[in-house]
Amino acid sequence: MYFHHSEDRQMLADMLGRYLQQRYPFDIRNKISASPEGWSRTHWAELAELGVVGALFGEGAGGFGGTGFDIAAVFEGLGKALVVEPFLGTLMAGQALAMAAGKQDALLAEVIAGTTLLAFAHEEPQSRYDVSDVETQALPNSAGWALQGCKAVVPQIEAADRILVSARIAGAPGDEAGIGLFLVDKAAARLRGYPMVDGGRGGELVLDNTPATLVAKDGFPLIEQAIAAGIVALAWEAVAVMDVLKTTTLDYLRTRRQFGVPIGKFQALQHRMATVALEIELARSAAISAADALGQDRRTRERAVSAAKYTIGRVGTLVAEESIQMHGGIGMTWELPLSHYAKRLTMIGHQLGDEDHHLERFIALGHA
Amino acid sequence: MDLHFSPEEMAFREEVRAFLKDRLPTRIAEKVRTSKRLTKQDMAEWHAILNERGWYANHWPKEYGGPGWSVAQAAIFDIESALAHAPRIVPFGVSMLGPVLIKYGSQAQKDHWLPRILDGTDWWCQGYSEPGAGSDLASLKTSAVRDGDHYVVNGQKTWTTLGQYADMIFCLVRTSTEGKKQEGISFLLIDMKTPGVEVRPIILLDGEHEVNEVFFTDVRVPAENLVGEENKGWTYAKYLLTYERAGLAGVGGSMAAFNHLKEIAQSQRKGGRPLAEDPLFAARLARLEINLENLKITNLRVLAASGSGGSAPLEMSAMLKICGTEIRQEITSLTRRALGPYAQPFVSEALDEGFNGAPIGPDYAAPVAVDYFNNRKLSIFGGSNEVQREIITKALLEL
Repeated sequence: MYFHHSEDRQMLADMLGRYLQQRYPFDIRNKISASPEGWSRTHWAELAELGVVGALFGEGAGGFGGTGFDIAAVFEGLGKALVVEPFLGTLMAGQALAMAAGKQDALLAEVIAGTTLLAFAHEEPQSRYDVSDVETQALPNSAGWALQGCKAVVPQIEAADRILVSARIAGAPGDEAGIGLFLVDKAAARLRGYPMVDGGRGGELVLDNTPATLVAKDGFPLIEQAIAAGIVALAWEAVAVMDVLKTTTLDYLRTRRQFGVPIGKFQALQHRMATVALEIELARSAAISAADALGQDRRTRERAVSAAKYTIGRVGTLVAEESIQMHGGIGMTWELPLSHYAKRLTMIGHQLGDEDHHLERFIALGHA
Repeated sequence: MDLHFSPEEMAFREEVRAFLKDRLPTRIAEKVRTSKRLTKQDMAEWHAILNERGWYANHWPKEYGGPGWSVAQAAIFDIESALAHAPRIVPFGVSMLGPVLIKYGSQAQKDHWLPRILDGTDWWCQGYSEPGAGSDLASLKTSAVRDGDHYVVNGQKTWTTLGQYADMIFCLVRTSTEGKKQEGISFLLIDMKTPGVEVRPIILLDGEHEVNEVFFTDVRVPAENLVGEENKGWTYAKYLLTYERAGLAGVGGSMAAFNHLKEIAQSQRKGGRPLAEDPLFAARLARLEINLENLKITNLRVLAASGSGGSAPLEMSAMLKICGTEIRQEITSLTRRALGPYAQPFVSEALDEGFNGAPIGPDYAAPVAVDYFNNRKLSIFGGSNEVQREIITKALLEL
């Protein structure tokens, strides 16, 4: 039993931290985030060269990591700097591809090298976090497959060269069986991109007789595991964002003076701050538990993952709101990095299932 | 990171389970399981059984009679004991005074008092709070004035848990009114049988005699019973407060209580189905279960960081105290709600050993409401949770 990163992971985390500190300071991040592309190919290539993408995948997939705690170390680092590049989609799509029976080695090698980017297009306008609610249809034709339907709010989909798309081969929306996974070339897809409230870009994917290559016929278990990895990533990103909010709020309580004293002298604020600090520690424990559970049996894994996402959602909202409140007016400004961290933390709650969704799922898994 | 117990620790857990199965008296475990009243003899009996195995002072260093456990082992013991419905070890002598004497006591004090803690010769109680010094402990007024080779003690302590059983009391007393209020406090060991010591019961809202007032009128205490230096008592008191380690979050007790709650929620019916399947109640249970799991891991993290035999950072101890007590209170609150109308009847005798009357409502109902009321104390004692919140922020702010 120990609760620190292994030496290898710590080295990776330190290296990533140094890179982001030097090359990705906050003003650069905001420029990239608000740019027409909403991400930076230069940084992506450099981070891939440092091995940050490779750390997300196991040796079988050509990487050198891929466990829950590898994902944790990477996304903790990314969260601290509020990185907008498409790591989440790459992680989920890449992990699903690595689990698929078909040989995807060549594609994964390009992904790890940073030359090909992936997106993971699973959720739909009506699905509201329900993993099995897939309406998009996959129809076989002479050339292979064609997809018909719509995929919703896919992070950084415009950055992707290849998009991993779920579509129904058989059954009805809500069935776990009959969901296939397909690769779609961005060039063949119709995208509607847009900026996101917390930075970077997302997009809708419209599939209208769009040609696709089948990756897995029975895709549900792969999707579920890819999402579990994505939730571990989001949980650690969230904890890192919370740590930044905590540190900056403490600094503010120390230095901002009102009524002749630092505002940290006021009991009302001390109590709010203490609650924030202790809830962050509980959230960190939930993130540790989820990272650990990634390699375990389905029920253990999914319960831990849902518990973590519930916790992150609950605590994330608290920390974001309280950080702004304790900063007062200045916390409302675009200029202060704090507000951008608060926005990101809140929006993590809207990705891959919110607090209510995962509480309900945790209960359902308990009855199973 | 690795959250899992090693093969050696798993083997240790089996050893603890076997010991509990073999040596924990069924009679006592059944009383704990059903929240019956424990007598002094019940508690002393369990202490003696643990001491015989060398597991009573389980966080003391080996040279003083501790088993030399790692933090993981101590956590395992805590959880397994609670799940087996063992009584909680009464902490005042073994968990509170013991570590203070080991760190700050003289050789003579260690030689005299530590063996007597282990073999149960002395039942200790804690003289900290006063009517005018609760959360603001340092404003205590009970005075000790040096007179030759004695101190003469006058004043009053309150909320003295199980003081009615005690042979000895360790007290914070004022030996100086100069300077900061924290700087005039000393740590004194007082024999409860000394003339001038009077114990009066305080009956709590659940009708139970658990705590007392202790009055001191010209009580003469040998000067050799001063621990450490005069006017340095606040340092020792603080050390004691941060030294509760594994027990601080009460994880094992909460796990056992949560299991009990889940059983009750399965057996209670709402709309023809188990209450546990009611969406609103299921959501309350699930939130609690997740919070408890998060607390468990946080507790292990703090233990791992504090290292074997060490004490946890102040703010982390305070966090565990808040989270642990809030969760336990939420468990007792949900258990009370789960009973519906049958939370109301209260037959006090039903909590005594050997009660043969027919239960009113479900057989687990009798102690539930009083248990809830009794546990309101958790967020008040040991430094109220509001005081803990200040400790956390002040430690983080370093203002």
